[in-house]
Amino acid sequence: MKTTMKTLAVSVSLCLSLGALADDIAITGATVHTMSKQGTVENATVLVEDGKIKSVKADGKVPRGYKQVDASGKVITPGIIGAYTSLGLVEVEYSAGITDYSVKMEDADYLGTQIDVSYAINPDSSLMDIARIDGITSAVSGVSYTDTFFGGQGAVITLGDKTNPVLKSRAVMSIDLTGDAAEGVAGGSRAILWPKFMAVLAQAASLKGKALEQDDEWEGDLSRADVNALLPVMSGDMPLLVSVKRLSDIRNLLTVKGMYKDLDVVLLNPTEAWRIADELAKHNIGVILDPENNLPYDFEQLGATLSNAAKLHAAGVTVAIGMNTHNIRLATQHAGNAVAHGMPWQEGLAAITSNVAKLFGVDDQIGSLSKGKRADLVVWSGDPLEVMSYAENVIINGKEMPMESRQSKLRDRYLADPKGAPYRYIKP
Amino acid sequence: MKQYPSWLRPKKLAGLIALSLSVAIVPHSLADDEEDKEPQDPFVSINPDPFPSTYSPEDSGVVLIQNVTMLDGIGGEFTGTSVLIEGGNIKAVGNMLSAPSGAVVVDGTGKWLTPGIIDNHSHLGVYPTPDVDSHADGNEMTKPVTAEVWAEHSVWPQDAGFSSALAGGVTALQILPGSANLVGGRAVTLKNLPDRTVQDMKFPGAPYGMKMACGENPKRVYGGKGGPMTRMGNVAGYRKQWIEAQAYKEKWEQYRADYEAGENPTAPSRDLRLETLSGVLEGDILVHMHCYRADEMAVMMDVAKEFNYQITSFHHAVEAFKIPDLLAENGVCASMWADWWGFKMEAYDSVQANIPMVHNAGGCAIVHSDSDLGIQRLNQEAAKALSSGRQAGLNFSKAQAWQWLSANPAKSLGIFDQTGSIEVGKDADLVLWSGDPFSTYSLADQVFIDGVLVFERGNEELWPVSDFELGQPGEGER
Repeated sequence: MKTTMKTLAVSVSLCLSLGALADDIAITGATVHTMSKQGTVENATVLVEDGKIKSVKADGKVPRGYKQVDASGKVITPGIIGAYTSLGLVEVEYSAGITDYSVKMEDADYLGTQIDVSYAINPDSSLMDIARIDGITSAVSGVSYTDTFFGGQGAVITLGDKTNPVLKSRAVMSIDLTGDAAEGVAGGSRAILWPKFMAVLAQAASLKGKALEQDDEWEGDLSRADVNALLPVMSGDMPLLVSVKRLSDIRNLLTVKGMYKDLDVVLLNPTEAWRIADELAKHNIGVILDPENNLPYDFEQLGATLSNAAKLHAAGVTVAIGMNTHNIRLATQHAGNAVAHGMPWQEGLAAITSNVAKLFGVDDQIGSLSKGKRADLVVWSGDPLEVMSYAENVIINGKEMPMESRQSKLRDRYLADPKGAPYRYIKP
Repeated sequence: MKQYPSWLRPKKLAGLIALSLSVAIVPHSLADDEEDKEPQDPFVSINPDPFPSTYSPEDSGVVLIQNVTMLDGIGGEFTGTSVLIEGGNIKAVGNMLSAPSGAVVVDGTGKWLTPGIIDNHSHLGVYPTPDVDSHADGNEMTKPVTAEVWAEHSVWPQDAGFSSALAGGVTALQILPGSANLVGGRAVTLKNLPDRTVQDMKFPGAPYGMKMACGENPKRVYGGKGGPMTRMGNVAGYRKQWIEAQAYKEKWEQYRADYEAGENPTAPSRDLRLETLSGVLEGDILVHMHCYRADEMAVMMDVAKEFNYQITSFHHAVEAFKIPDLLAENGVCASMWADWWGFKMEAYDSVQANIPMVHNAGGCAIVHSDSDLGIQRLNQEAAKALSSGRQAGLNFSKAQAWQWLSANPAKSLGIFDQTGSIEVGKDADLVLWSGDPFSTYSLADQVFIDGVLVFERGNEELWPVSDFELGQPGEGER
């Protein structure tokens, strides 16, 4: 190990709460889907050093000093990234105390752009362990419900660090431009919603990338802090995640993208996006979706279909899958269903790994297995998109994670024979 | 065919009650002829089936599905098997069947055949798509006990969700009222073949269900509207209803007894709420109770003993794994999701092996959906539960797991004598899967209801489109 004493001390303090000490590990014998240029490597040896991937090689040797983990016959993928969640922001949704995933300002003047979940992420949330033992190693987390115009800034978090869960704060700005949003913040009509959105963008653009100081003159009707928070969005450094369903709304967005070419637009749950897939590909607009969402719940998603993901991919759109919080562990099943309805298998896996990383600008760290990337990876019993498969070993930042959660402990308590004693005394 | 509740008619005269009559005339000669008694008014009986099923399948013809891997739905797995359908029923099952002349032969090589999936917890039609306010017909949230409402009067047969469920292999389903109320009303069981009216879908001969709900929902909805606002308030609410129902039942029994004794009693006035509740006490209506927490399920099983009725199944039984022995002892099924959890406190203690843990204790485990999306992939829910069980050392087979999807839900709906397994004489409600249905990638290639091919993947003619979808952007795209 090449760790310095200082980093060793940090590792030790981390492992007190989670995971084994970051040994250098060699995982051998598995089929590894690197999701990098290297593609899929059979009977691979994955070397992990100092929490990073050192190499992935077919039939590679295990250097001295590495702990060998036998994964013969197994499948390895990069850790699954929850594409849009509220992990760390909510424990129980209804009637169970404060939930940071819901913001109610009851103040029409508050734009919402300043919302920043990186202060609210709770790494002790039971959801973290529960998702992690099913192969989720990181996630984008943001608020799910707001009464503000923008949904605010989400963060990329890791599920393997009880001390510093945030990998990238202020990673994304979200806004809802569906009919529901019009109902909530724009008098119930798109005829107000879109002009309001355009006016906000115009004010943000007028700053030409320079943040307003307290002394600067400012005639706009947005607060200085609200408009400043949009600067990285206008420059394209922060993706703008837009909830939108109806085809005509997606067309509006293309017009906006034409006006502000630097915007990095990602669509969230765009049910009808397949109808305009070519245009989205041309404008380099990615999507996050639930491929199982195939019913016409309202008049803005009459075109809902199980083939949305496949059609978007075929047109060249970057597709990410995984919209859930308590059950983000189902991202693999969702991707599998996209595959069942026409998406190539590798793309189904990309939709929950590398594509998510790309959309949120963290592909230099996570989402694929190549030299220098964080060693976030999962050893699966088989094809991870198969519902019968499960994660056998989850490694985050080079550390083997404990494969237990509150749920697995509850299961084991009630599988035990209490021998007449109350179950409270059984502590698996 | 149709089993009418015994309490709705005088026992001696059972044969004389005609379907369409609400009042049966008793011939004088059958009555007691004593001189000093006043002449009897016509006997008042209540038509138990005022909205009769008009479901009538087409002629299936003769169909032979050949060379499949078959899960019979009652624990058996067979390879290279064939199933012969005739007159809408399963005529024969075996490895050496040859096609009778004129039979349609379906080559099932490489494919799997199962009984159709039966979902005992759906709100299709009562909370249809489009899911707009005008369509919110599933919860009569006006008072805590609305046993008088019948879900079938809310079912919109044009719900697009029925066809998507069919594409997922669902051949029958129970539509329940929502869970806002202590007693939500009557549930109805349907064949998943929507046509113009709900009567066209009603499963012939299926008994009615009645929806009840434990826990958070009633207290959240009524806490600020006069109660109940606590779990103890909920239980007081159920018990009060059962006391009234017992009295109502006894009044009608007295009326029948007096009439049979030749007297001329005045019939009690009808009460739709108490009719349904006393139907439960008679054992004619099956109780389906939304109940998450183990301790609440145990209380409800005691309430059932106190008033001498049977709970057929708890639904959303997230904590069933804590009391599988009690459920088995009381003969109460648990209808469960594979892994939904955390949306409220009573759904917090969830385990992924819940379903196999109930089975393992000898209980009746059922996979249900409560979702217009989940209902399209119930086979995958069973697969996840099966895998989670195996990870915990509960080594059930795929054939055993299919019981969670067909036989057990059929039993919970009182229709297992007609469907829910591949056995000679049963309705030919079948799904031919493209491969192992415990795989994410397998899809229902063909679905048969009463032997009629009603869905075929890739065949536009057999892709049902609701009136609502017709001419809209999504037509034929689901």
